[in-house]
Amino acid sequence: MIFDWQPVWLTLKLAGVSTLILLVIGTPIAWWLARSTNWYKQIISAVVALPLVLPPTVLGFYLLIMLGPEGPVGRLTQSLGLGTLPFTFGGLVVASVIYSMPFVVQPLHNAFQSLGQRPVEVAATLRASPWDRFMTVVIPLARPGFLTAAVLSFAHTIGEFGVVLMIGGNIPGVTKVLSVAIYDHVETLEYGQAHLLAAGLLAFSFVVLLALYLLNGRLNRNHQP
Amino acid sequence: MLLSSQVTAAEVVIAVAANFTDATRQIAPLFEKATGHTTRISYGSTGKLYSQIEHGAPFEVFLAADTQRPIKAEAEGLAVPGSRFIYARGKLALWSKTTGLFDSGEDYLKSGKFKHLAAGNAKTAPYGLAARQVMTHLGLFSRLEPKLVRGESIAQTFQFVATGNAKAGFVAYSQIKSWRGKSGSIWEIPLHYYTPIDQAAVLLKKGESNPAAHAFLAFLKSEAARKKIRELGYGVE
Repeated sequence: MIFDWQPVWLTLKLAGVSTLILLVIGTPIAWWLARSTNWYKQIISAVVALPLVLPPTVLGFYLLIMLGPEGPVGRLTQSLGLGTLPFTFGGLVVASVIYSMPFVVQPLHNAFQSLGQRPVEVAATLRASPWDRFMTVVIPLARPGFLTAAVLSFAHTIGEFGVVLMIGGNIPGVTKVLSVAIYDHVETLEYGQAHLLAAGLLAFSFVVLLALYLLNGRLNRNHQP
Repeated sequence: MLLSSQVTAAEVVIAVAANFTDATRQIAPLFEKATGHTTRISYGSTGKLYSQIEHGAPFEVFLAADTQRPIKAEAEGLAVPGSRFIYARGKLALWSKTTGLFDSGEDYLKSGKFKHLAAGNAKTAPYGLAARQVMTHLGLFSRLEPKLVRGESIAQTFQFVATGNAKAGFVAYSQIKSWRGKSGSIWEIPLHYYTPIDQAAVLLKKGESNPAAHAFLAFLKSEAARKKIRELGYGVE
């Protein structure tokens, strides 16, 4: 039995790229949600949380329409000379970023909220610029939140299935990720291969989550004086 | 309806392959009207339904998208021996939503002037396997393979084409028939280009003592049902 590593690498790449993008996009959103007193803040919170509730097929179907050549986003990407996103790795990244967004925003939101105003105000009285305050005070203090956000979005993207199946087109080396490969094996009764990948995924997920909880437990203890 | 008043009306629980969803929705009311029995129907991919049946799902009749799974059900004692028959023969077509995209589907495939070509996954979807056979028959498989986007099921493949994400694709002729647009470019692929997509039905062990299950299978063989199945874009023997 030849073990096919391609879906594994592809999945790790997808999860890595998506997590990085999510941290960059999710941090300001979470910060704004934690600080803002705007009435429409709850609307944004609800939109961010939608992927938790929607079945992946709904999300996948809308993405297929939106990103396709006849959809608004598809028209935009085509007019920019980028082509259309479905059936490409870039398309999977866009889908994963949307799909895993709540897993980044919610832990960060909680972390920022539990910091309270104090540390930032103290830093401000010491004449730290807003950027300085954020980088040297908020980020280090919210470290457990960042860790949780990164690990959860990475792990969640690895386990993603319904959406990638719908907008990926199952192309080996481009969009055939681990979960789709497992599905293929199961459907074709290649249970040996399926078990190998599935058991690997199970073990990996468990180790990642265990490491997260151990690490977070330690970080939190260090914070308590 | 003397016959049906003699036996008490019962309910039959049916598992139907996704591609036959539309057809079943039209046939079931005819059956209910003719016999007085009622139906409860689950739709899904043949593979998924089969593993559910294997694990004790309460289905009494199984309409598969292939013959392989019903044969297997019989062999494994999940179905009543001798109850299996072919209720429909699927037809494959090359389809595009764009009218006038091609006159000859064969020439269109040979031209290769497209970015993506949709087809079902040959491993999981019977229509996907047929599509692959057509491409191989035309000697185009290796050239077309890099352009293939694969749907898990024929329903998903249809979606790729219907949303315009793939300009054209191999779909079930019955899907085009039930698509509201109905226009576009259609190539009905000659039947000798691929192994027939025979769809078999079988009486499951759970339905052995249910008169409604027997009645449904009998109805499926009736001229009324066969006429409907033909109208919906399938072949019948």
